[in-house]
Amino acid sequence: MGLEFTKDSFLITRVDEIIKWARKNSLWPMPMGISCCAIEMMAFAGPRFDVSRFGSEAFRFSPRQSDLMIVAGTVTYKMAHVVRKIYDQMPDPKWVIAMGACTSSGGMYRSYPVVQGIDLFVPVDVYVAGCPPRPDNLLKGLMEIQKKIERGEKPGQREKVYVAESTMV
Amino acid sequence: MKENVLEKLTTHFKDSILATSEYRGELTIVVKKQDIVRICQFLCSNEELRFDSLRDLCGVDYYRPEDRFEVVYNLYSLKNKFRLRLKVRVDEADLHVPSVTGVWSTANWHEREAYDMYGIIFDGHPDLRRMYMPEEFEYYPLRKDFPLMGIPGSLSLPKK
Repeated sequence: MGLEFTKDSFLITRVDEIIKWARKNSLWPMPMGISCCAIEMMAFAGPRFDVSRFGSEAFRFSPRQSDLMIVAGTVTYKMAHVVRKIYDQMPDPKWVIAMGACTSSGGMYRSYPVVQGIDLFVPVDVYVAGCPPRPDNLLKGLMEIQKKIERGEKPGQREKVYVAESTMV
Repeated sequence: MKENVLEKLTTHFKDSILATSEYRGELTIVVKKQDIVRICQFLCSNEELRFDSLRDLCGVDYYRPEDRFEVVYNLYSLKNKFRLRLKVRVDEADLHVPSVTGVWSTANWHEREAYDMYGIIFDGHPDLRRMYMPEEFEYYPLRKDFPLMGIPGSLSLPKK
């Protein structure tokens, strides 16, 4: 991040860089746990997979205090309005992870009440594959978000990232 | 127990019973639509029978020209440990069925669900609103003529 040390133990950097570094290492997730993926999301927050290693252990149940929405579960048309409202209430800059098959594409629920992918109504940054994804796969998704922040992607010009299914057994 | 139920029902409601059948020890009785509340009241309050629990109530769409729908009542007697199934036939031209919420209050949500999914109207229900689908939805999704993927544009999505 362009660090420069001087003899008097000073550290010189650019404000942009230090803000990016701070944001990246303190992403506060909004756990939008709608169905079974939420169980894996809890494991991702728990001691075994331990998301606090990445500075994201503070799950906020208020959208006002969070900057990363993890949509974990099947989104129905009725629920879509709630998800969008919560997304709108989050302060900028904000990111979205679509966790699992249902959230990304409707998954096995190819039927009338289920939205066939949440990107029909919110911008998605990272899609995590799996049904449900393993917690380490969601960690990979979080790291992809961190990389996005590091690259300084602006809203509207963000690249979509797909995290493949974990091969770890 | 089975004989007792049948005997009591035939003595009290001889004209209301349309058909009875038994399969693997499960007794099913088809009754007239307009008498369903009276029969339920009797089954629930009779000292000997005591069908005090409505285990399930659901609609069925057979998609046939006559009596297209059915409403199925699964009753259970805690006292006698006995199950009984009642059925009511509903024609598409007249989708009204008397509500049994006055007998078992648990019927409230079950009837709302049957209304939401099949459009069967339960007369006398205290709060007949849709259960799962949004209020403004105009179709009945569990009917056989409803397409699996729904009707495009019938459910709204928030603006992106």
